[in-house]
Amino acid sequence: MNHWYHQWRKIKSYFVSGLCLMCAALVVAPLALVLFNLLQKGASSLDFAFFTQLPRPVGETGGGMANAIVGSLTLVGLAGLVGIPVGVLGGIYLSEFGTPRMNWAVRFAADILNGTSSIVWGIVVYALVVGYSAYAAGLALGFMMIPLIIRTTEEMMALVPNGYREAAFALGISQWRIVLNIVLKTAGKGIITGILLAAARVAGETAPLLFTAFGNSFWSHKLSEPIEALPLQIFTYANSPYDDWHRQAWAGALVLILFVLALNIGVRVMTRGRTPHLAK
Amino acid sequence: MTEETQLRAVKSTPPAQTPNPASAPAAGAGSGVTFDVRQLNVWFGSNQVLHGVSLQIRPKEVTAIIGPSGCGKSTFLRSLNRMHDLVPEARVEGRITLFGQDLYAREVDATLVRRRVGMVFQKSNPFPTMTIAENVTVGLRLNGVRQKNLVQERMERSLRMAALWDEVKDRLHDNALSLSGGQQQRLCIARALAIEPEVVLMDEPASALDPLATAKIEELILRLKQDFTIVIVTHNMQQAARISDQTAFFYLGELIEFDATGRIFTNPSKKQTEDYVTGRFG
Repeated sequence: MNHWYHQWRKIKSYFVSGLCLMCAALVVAPLALVLFNLLQKGASSLDFAFFTQLPRPVGETGGGMANAIVGSLTLVGLAGLVGIPVGVLGGIYLSEFGTPRMNWAVRFAADILNGTSSIVWGIVVYALVVGYSAYAAGLALGFMMIPLIIRTTEEMMALVPNGYREAAFALGISQWRIVLNIVLKTAGKGIITGILLAAARVAGETAPLLFTAFGNSFWSHKLSEPIEALPLQIFTYANSPYDDWHRQAWAGALVLILFVLALNIGVRVMTRGRTPHLAK
Repeated sequence: MTEETQLRAVKSTPPAQTPNPASAPAAGAGSGVTFDVRQLNVWFGSNQVLHGVSLQIRPKEVTAIIGPSGCGKSTFLRSLNRMHDLVPEARVEGRITLFGQDLYAREVDATLVRRRVGMVFQKSNPFPTMTIAENVTVGLRLNGVRQKNLVQERMERSLRMAALWDEVKDRLHDNALSLSGGQQQRLCIARALAIEPEVVLMDEPASALDPLATAKIEELILRLKQDFTIVIVTHNMQQAARISDQTAFFYLGELIEFDATGRIFTNPSKKQTEDYVTGRFG
């Protein structure tokens, strides 16, 4: 009797473990599926020209998305100019200077901003800046980076043991120097990780660009004018009725996901040495 | 004004030279007293941790603070270099003077107080992003001292004073965390000494170390008292007996007895002290 009861419990245990394993596998499956699909459909259109040439007009084969790739990098750079200083300094405030009340308000706002649909950013910035330009697109993406970077910066600074701050205070070092030279430095890797992940996140955004970057088929020479971006071009090409453009869209999607993947892997490699540091 | 004189200017009064501290008069904030603590009360929120503590700490001596956990030893120590300023809910009341200067006076900058009163913590805490050398010199560099040879010279001197130089001189540019626990603690002592404080506070500096490393720290403390006034909080009564000149016994936030270490451990005047040092409680 007792034996059977024991067996039954074992069976239940196996069943639930199996269920968990299946769900865990479901997390990996979409990524594998996406990668496989993109490789299958996009890899054949990926050639040297894709990275070096401008798009060709409809009907002409060949050409590439060089302007979109450069445009995307430009936009991520512009977004960083907005998102990194505001995000990092905001995170420092939350972790080192904020009063509980103020912190609650800032965290609440950051969480709401984080959950704000990305199309909203596009519309708001479109209305704020009036008109299509790289600046507007960078601003929209930058706004999206802020809540992500604020929260990771705060969390990474909070992970720095208080003993280091106390030790520095006991040496008569002023607070801003302690924050900059000791706490920020100790949390540095984690903060850079947060920045890169935020960059990877916004690099793939399409919706905020619809009303801001707008897109074009040429090299952008002025940041005050519309600029092409990879997700935007994928969107346009995938929506077109031409097979040739569809193939290019697949290739573009492949490049985009490989870029995001590379950033993430880079972050993993970089942070490998971090945990024992802070665990001390 | 050079950086060096700036750093020196911080110290308004040089450490008083008392040839025979034991014979110095116990009363008054005269030259025979480093810290003069009067009626010190400390609260954390509505919880009063120290009740009317008054005592005088003499220069170039080791003063040990003993007592059971939660008796206010660390709280007392931390009020001597204004570490409570960092805790918003902490409130300090009373008067503490260092060589006659009121440490809590309105015009006194807490960071300047901490340059005069160094501190070593229970858990060794060298900065993990810095090398051994950088850890020792950080107090100078971040306080604005730029002359390379001065920094260099102070680093070597501090490491020698902390009895660490011979062990690390060939690896000054290794990460500080590559040192053993005992070495890390001596590194923290060297770091505190590098800015040339007048007093060094130690909050159970050896409680996380093995007996050998502890012995080294104790030996070091005995040598340091030639140049510095030392106040040490310890859980270890044998340690207090071995290294201190004066011992203060705290219990439930009050100073029960303060006397020469020999008297406290052999012939205390209060029953509570006797019970504690003989191991009947605590």
